[in-house]
Amino acid sequence: MKSTAHAFKDNIGEALRDANLQQSLSIMKVGFVERRRGAVDRMPEFEALRDRARDIKNHALANLDFYLERFERKVLALGGHVHWAPTAEDARRIVLDLCRQANARTVAKSKSMIAEEIGLNEHLEAHGIAPIETDLGEYIIQLRQEPPSHIIAPAVHLTKDQVADTFHEHHGKLGFTRRLTERNDLVAEAREVLRRKFQEADVGITGANFLVAETGSSMLVTNEGNADLSNTLPDTHIVIASIEKVIPTLEDAAALLRVLARSATGQEWSSYTTFNTGPRRDGDPDGPRSYHVVLLDNGRSSVLGGEMQDMLRCIRCGACMNHCPVYGAIGGHAYGWVYPGPIGAVLDPQLLGLEEAGDLPNASTFCGRCESVCPVRIPLPRLMRHWREREFERRLTPPAVRKALGLWAFLAKRPRLYRVATGIANRALALFGRAQGRYDALPLAGGWTKHRDMPAPQTGGTFHAQWKARGGAVR
Amino acid sequence: MRQPQRPGAGLDVALFVTCLVDMFRPSVGFAAARLLEDAGCRVVVPEAQTCCGQPAYNSGDRADAVDIARRVIEAFEGYDHVVAPSGSCGGMIAHHYPALFADDPAMKARAEALAARTHELTTFLVDVLGVAPPAVRCEATATYHDSCSGLRELGVKAQPRKLLAGVEGLTLVEMKGAEICCGFGGTFCVKYPDISNAMLDDKLADIEATGADTLLAGDLGCLLNMAGKLQREGRPVKVRHVAEVIAGMADEPAIGEPAP
Repeated sequence: MKSTAHAFKDNIGEALRDANLQQSLSIMKVGFVERRRGAVDRMPEFEALRDRARDIKNHALANLDFYLERFERKVLALGGHVHWAPTAEDARRIVLDLCRQANARTVAKSKSMIAEEIGLNEHLEAHGIAPIETDLGEYIIQLRQEPPSHIIAPAVHLTKDQVADTFHEHHGKLGFTRRLTERNDLVAEAREVLRRKFQEADVGITGANFLVAETGSSMLVTNEGNADLSNTLPDTHIVIASIEKVIPTLEDAAALLRVLARSATGQEWSSYTTFNTGPRRDGDPDGPRSYHVVLLDNGRSSVLGGEMQDMLRCIRCGACMNHCPVYGAIGGHAYGWVYPGPIGAVLDPQLLGLEEAGDLPNASTFCGRCESVCPVRIPLPRLMRHWREREFERRLTPPAVRKALGLWAFLAKRPRLYRVATGIANRALALFGRAQGRYDALPLAGGWTKHRDMPAPQTGGTFHAQWKARGGAVR
Repeated sequence: MRQPQRPGAGLDVALFVTCLVDMFRPSVGFAAARLLEDAGCRVVVPEAQTCCGQPAYNSGDRADAVDIARRVIEAFEGYDHVVAPSGSCGGMIAHHYPALFADDPAMKARAEALAARTHELTTFLVDVLGVAPPAVRCEATATYHDSCSGLRELGVKAQPRKLLAGVEGLTLVEMKGAEICCGFGGTFCVKYPDISNAMLDDKLADIEATGADTLLAGDLGCLLNMAGKLQREGRPVKVRHVAEVIAGMADEPAIGEPAP
């Protein structure tokens, strides 16, 4: 996926003016939050489980080489194949080669943000292979040629009417000529279309929520069963997963699953939970004859051992974006790349560079709601602050901001001068603002007064001046 | 009638005024001082204090943040407690200062010692001193906004409500998204004014839905932000810092109201 993170400021304006988007967001930011709260309220040990989930991921990350090698050995022993992809380009090449070996013309795809990260669909299409998204949300945005706007609900930005229009436009040539308006009818039509695609597919490509080192399994959760069809019907199954998805044991997977769906959609458990362990064995009624796992690094190993390592704990539940008031105002597309919201503000600068994605970690009030719901306790505001510090060091912070900050810091370190400056500012603002009580425009404060008035200070001088005048203790 | 209690008798408390209170709303500082003095504390306002360094810290200017934090630590050592009428500045000192000195064990120990003694005003009154709700009057139907840093870094939630419950004539009506950010976020609101405005719109809708005539919070930044938008839109809600109400000082013009 091509990034527009550099155009974040323009993207914001577009998002705020998009009435359909705003309508969808107003539903989303209430629904997801309430459902999660319900699920958490029903589970008294939820906070303890978050600690456990964090510890499992931390342990796996601290011993990542060990568990990845163990995972690889298991997959090989089961008759599968493991491919190591240091970069996005490597991963694209490996997947294309595997599709060519299978003489694939159609590929059924399910549940993979990694595929978006490496731009897999475009790559396959450019080489004459048709990837079909089989997750309903992904399928809708594929028809509309849009990127996902959320990591678990890729079409959450669309209204039902927009989906109805999209299906009506694209399904006509398949014999579905009526424009449907009911939710269930739309789902039923998509199901019918997709069933045909599943049967045509030569290769199934899925992501993985977890890779289990103990058994060599890749694990997937879905609510539609589409992943199960993608990985059992075609003869070849390719799993693409990033290296930090590996965890030690099945028991660990069970623990992580307990927080995943609850955090994401407020479900106790997702509708489908599938463990894929190697290719079809003798006597198996179904399953792929050839099974491949592509392990993508794409810069992640360079984060290991550093102060940003915590970001690799992410289990892609989307709770941070569901609760982020900034995401709730502008939606996912404005972030300009695969991973939006708070986790995107942390991951995207790592994967794209600060020059491209530097706005994202700045577009946060540090309200901390993301961290308070993260099932693996990623300190998202701290990680965003880390990027702001790198940006400041590299002088990427806008000069006017640097100047203003510098002046404030200069004063903050000189109490006497600070008193003089704040005293003057206080008196001037209080004097001219006393009649109205506020300002509707102020020089140099356009960012503030664009949408709101600036309250004038109380009259009578600064607190420090008044405290001293009253003879208060100052030491 | 205010009934002074003395659970803080003999305690030396340094007041961290906060730069916004100092410049925009000194009555919040005086309300905090009154509440502490009524509880029996000796209140000192160290002269060397300026700002907690949060603007620098949150903007990535770690060097200046460390410098300012060092000065704050020096200015506030030697008191039994440090109290700020702000969860944000209190959180900066109590939650973030120790992390600023990760590579300097001596300073880190001093930062941790200060952090342990630093409190947001209402949590200090309720959790540390055990002050009972004050006997003051304020005729209002009020709603309370939970400012993010105080709420999530220091657990400020029940304490201001407990104190407000004692205010005669005041009815507290909870708003729906009380724990959702108002869009202030320090420099965020001027760097991304349009997102901030969208967040404010949601907040104002939640405030309006309560029917409250008064909006209260414990952080002046959020209050200035919300007041500025309420007034831009001509909404008649009065905006005050919670300390002013519980100190019986709600007779001042509200934030953004003309001076008499």
